[in-house]
Formats: sequence, C-alpha cells, structure tokens
Amino acid sequence: MAIKDRKYETLQRDALQQLQLERLQAILNRVYMNVAFYRNLLDKAGIAPEDISSLDDLPKIPFTAKESLVENQPYGMFTLPLREVVRLQSSSGTTREPIVVGYTKNDIEHWTELVSRVLMAGKVTKDDVVQISFDYGLFTGALGFHYGAELIGATVIPCSRLSAEKQIAVMRNYRTTVLVGTPTFALQVVDIMNEQGINPAELSLRVGLLGSEPWSEVVRQEIERGLHITALDNYGISEIIGPGVAVECEEKNGMHIFEDHFIPEVVDPETGEVLPEGETGELVLTTITKEAFPLIRYRTGDLTSLHYDACPCGRTLVRMSRVAERTDDLIIIQGVKVLPSRIEQILAEIEGTETHFRLNVDRSGATDELEVSVEVSDRIFFDEVGKMSEIQEEIQRRLDEALGLFVRVRLVEPMSIQKWKESSGNSH
Amino acid sequence: MLRIQSLNAFYGNIQALRGISLHVDDGEIVTLLGANGAGKTTLLNSICGLITSRKGKITFHDEDITRFSAEKIVRLGISQVPEGRQLFGELTVMDNLILGSYHHYRSRKKEIYKYLDTIFEIFPILKEREKQSAGTLSGGEQQMLAVGRALMSMPTLLLLDEPSMGLAPKIISEIFEVIKHLRDEQNTTILLVEQNAHVALDVADRGYVLETGRIVLQGTSEELLENKEIKRAYLGKGYKEVWE
Repeated sequence: MAIKDRKYETLQRDALQQLQLERLQAILNRVYMNVAFYRNLLDKAGIAPEDISSLDDLPKIPFTAKESLVENQPYGMFTLPLREVVRLQSSSGTTREPIVVGYTKNDIEHWTELVSRVLMAGKVTKDDVVQISFDYGLFTGALGFHYGAELIGATVIPCSRLSAEKQIAVMRNYRTTVLVGTPTFALQVVDIMNEQGINPAELSLRVGLLGSEPWSEVVRQEIERGLHITALDNYGISEIIGPGVAVECEEKNGMHIFEDHFIPEVVDPETGEVLPEGETGELVLTTITKEAFPLIRYRTGDLTSLHYDACPCGRTLVRMSRVAERTDDLIIIQGVKVLPSRIEQILAEIEGTETHFRLNVDRSGATDELEVSVEVSDRIFFDEVGKMSEIQEEIQRRLDEALGLFVRVRLVEPMSIQKWKESSGNSH
Repeated sequence: MLRIQSLNAFYGNIQALRGISLHVDDGEIVTLLGANGAGKTTLLNSICGLITSRKGKITFHDEDITRFSAEKIVRLGISQVPEGRQLFGELTVMDNLILGSYHHYRSRKKEIYKYLDTIFEIFPILKEREKQSAGTLSGGEQQMLAVGRALMSMPTLLLLDEPSMGLAPKIISEIFEVIKHLRDEQNTTILLVEQNAHVALDVADRGYVLETGRIVLQGTSEELLENKEIKRAYLGKGYKEVWE
C-alpha cells in the first residue's frame, strides 16, 4: 500500500477529529493573539476563540478572502517576527497580485513531510529518479516537490523550465521514472515525442505527479497513453502551503486531503453556506499546523466536492473531486450554474467534435443567452457537410438535457480555437 | 486513553481554563507546559474530579468521566502525584505507600504487597528508608515517595504535577529516568505537567503549551523545542523581540 504516514493517513475518524479540534483551538488562540487581522475579524464577529468548542462551530468564523491577504502584504498575516521565518515563497501573480507566504523551520518540515506523502502515493522510493519541471524560484511547486523527493531519498533532477525537448533528453539520459509538473507540460512532451517519433518505451517514465492547474480525465488519458505512465492528480495552493494539500490514490477517485493539517469545507460561492457532502462548491481551507502564516477559512476559489465514504486504499482521509475550474469560471445563465467542465465532458462523448470550444455569454437581451462554439474534427468538416447539422443538433439536445437550458451551438473549423483552458503553468 | 474536549473550568466567577482540548494515547508521555498561573494544576485537578465547576467533556478509555467523583476516578485508574508532593510527613515511608493503595487495599491485599516489591525495585532508596517518617526524607526522596504512593493504586494513567520543582538538577535527572522507566517497562501512560520545558520535552513524546488558561501550541517534542512561541508563553505577552 502506497501510504507514507500510516499513523495519520489511516487514523480513525474520531481520533482525527479530536486532533483537528485541538489543533484548531490552539491556532485560533495564536492568531487571535498575534495577528491583528484575525483579532479584528473575530472581534467584529463577536467571537472569542473559546466559542469554537467543536468542529461544528467552525462556520461561526468569517471567511478569509484573497483580498485580505493582498491588503495585509507584506507581513500583516505573519504570526511571528521575520527572524523566525526561514523561507519566503509566493503565489504567482499572473492574474492577480502575488502573495508572499512564509515558513518556519517546523513549517518546512511539515511541508516536506506532506509532499513526501504525495510522492509516496505515486509509489516513489529512493530508487526513483524524479524530474521536476516546475519553475524553480518563488513558486512553491518546485521547491516543495524537491524537498519532498529528497526526504524520500530519490534522485532529484531540478530541470525547472528547461524546454520540453531538452527535458526529454534528460529523461533518456538519466532514466527519469517520475515526472513532476503541470499537465500542460506533460502534453507538450507527448506532442514533441510524437513529432520526433520517439517511442515512450524508450523512456523509463513510470508515473506523473501533475497539478498546479485544473485538468480533465480526457487530458489524463492523453498523457497516460502518450507517455505510458500513470498520471496522478495532486492539489496544492501556495497561500495554504504549496503542493501537499491532497493527492489521488491508486483508485483515481478523488484526492485525499491531509486532514491532520488542513480542515476542508465546501461552501456555496454566493451565499457562503456550508454545503453537505457530495455537493459542488468552493473549497475553503483552514490550516491547523502552519506556524508562520496560518489561514482560517480561506476561500480558495477552486470548485470541488467532498466525499467521506471509505476508500479501498485504506486512507480514512476525506476525498475532494478533481478541481475542474475556479469559481470565476462558473457561469450563471438564467439562474442555472454552468460549469465549463461539464460541457467538455458532454462534447467528449459526441463523435465528430473536438473538446475545443468557446463559450459566449450574451447578456444584452431580456434574458441571458449562452452560445457554444465547438471545433469540428478535420474529417467531418471537409467531407460531410450534411453530417454537420446532425452533430449540431446532437450537441444542442445533449446540452439541453444536461443543463436544462437552451444553448446555441456553432460549429467552427478545426484548430480555430485553442484548447479552451489555456493555463499559464503556474496558476497557483 | 484520555480525551478532553473544550474544557472550561472555574473558581467561582474566575475562569481558569478556556476551551482546553487534548488527548493522551496509551503508552505515551505527554507533557503540559506553561508558566505559573497558566492553569496546569487546575487541569490536572479537573481530570481527577477535584474541581467540579466545569464545562466540556473528559473521556477515559471511551467512558465519559466528566461528572464522576474523585474516588470513582481513582478506581478507574487515574492517579495524581500532586504539586509539592503532599506526603503525610509524620507517617513512615511504608505507610505513605500503603495509603496509596487505600481504595483497593482490602480486596487486593496480596497483590498489593507483591506490588510493593516492584515499587522498591524502582525506588531502592525507599526500601532503605522504609521505616523513616516521610518528613525526614530529602527533596528528591520525597518526590520518589510521592510517585511511589501514586503508583500503589496501580493506575493506567499517571498525572505528575511539576515533579522537578525544588529539586537539584542531578536529582531531577534521576526522577526523570524513573518516569521514562515507568513508560518503557511498566507501560504506564503519563501526563506530565512541568514548568521546566527542556527536561519535560526530553522525556515526553508530545506536548501542549498552556498560556493563561488556553492551549496555544501543541506538537511533538521536537516541534516544540523548535518553536519560539514557548518562550513567549513563559515570558508573557509583554515579551518583545529586540527589534520590535
């Protein structure tokens, strides 16, 4: 069984909850004393730390939004003087301002331990060669995995943002067995290998631990087929810690969240109401072991659902469904919540289309209208014009069925839309 | 073995403990650190049933003992070595020890005298001073007697309140060797309250730090030794870094 820390990953839920309660109360006391932002937040809400006498009381505490982190930069959210902080990292700033986060020595140790759990889920041992293709620097992905892999004793190759061609050469020369990086990068590797006629059997790759951006089952299969590997999803977020928040097990049925370090909740993105198990909403995380930069009920902006049922892998930790998109991607049309990932799923089932599409929302008329522009596959576009209207109707029907909404469908030529989710590679 | 959830304890109107949660697993040595007045003794006395003005929940071996009387709790297997030892100074060492087995003396007499031999093995000095009155023993010997007396009730959970207090460093190490021995050889689970963080973290598996009635920190001994928050908890809120 590929579990690193049996004690905590297979802990009985009542013992886990006791641990969470203890850690939550301690951290509430600490942030109340040491962080003005939290003291004010709690005072304004009329809550004292001791009012949280069980995990059920957690929703009494107001959320922490990214804006607050931005407002309190550079050190406003730190609990300790800078001299106790041994590392600074930051979340990338492609769409928003970057947030600087800090770690004490204990934080680094916990982080390293957590990432090694992620690697262990991919059965990484000291005999493995781990190639890290994340950007080394302030971004948490690279160093997080680097330390975790070193803890396990694997051979670590810090390729950083070396080109895909060069990285393939590294994989051949050094017999890389584990690829750490983004799904986008993995796809690039697949594409180049196809172009250059390199057979995946020539490489020693065994597993890919991919993340830092949302990716679908469709993409996972392309990668697994193209590289002859198992590709496992893992979830992390720099403001919370970096990689090491959750990882898929061999069941590939959701990612186990390391609940001894983080308490997850799923809330309605609009009302903030805590949603029951199984419902999709915004992931809210509370760090219960972070020392330098703890966050209480932090709104991640990622959409997921939580599942507490038993997992055959033996871990008792809750599973979160793969993050298909962020709350900002969620589109609401005539009161219906539309997840682009759902549309992608439906298109994948229809023959003759690619899963490249664009959504267009028209809010100018009396009612909002949604239009989907979908790429048609090569063959059909050029040869079978008659088939196209069939496909258009099929898509319309399926979308209506699935969403309960009339969606206008336009078919467009192949290659005219980039893959709809263009990721920067460092979106967290 | 022991689980405490959001314990609040009061002395009249004064709230001494605020939302304390902790647990002790079988075979562990867990330490509770904090400065004077933090609430450590209050916590131990709450566990033992000596302080009844409380809110929250205490479970021992999965049984809710929150409302149990002190006598009942001793019978369940929790025994305290109180702060300052509190021996019966005029009684002999032997009598102090026997008194520790008071609640089950009649029903288990044979077993008790046999157990006494084990106690004397752990504390040979007590055998030597068997007939002396407790008040004539040195500080270290008194501490050993106090521990021995607590052990006589054959507890599964031993609560120690500041065993290092008032003792010379050499004696402290001897006492702590015994504490280690109790966990390792006798399988006794121990909740150790201490002001002396270093000596406690040396022997404990995990710890909690108490500051004015609240737990502000918890972790393994290594983590706690690394964490400067302990310094703060001891030196108080007014403690500031030089550059602040």
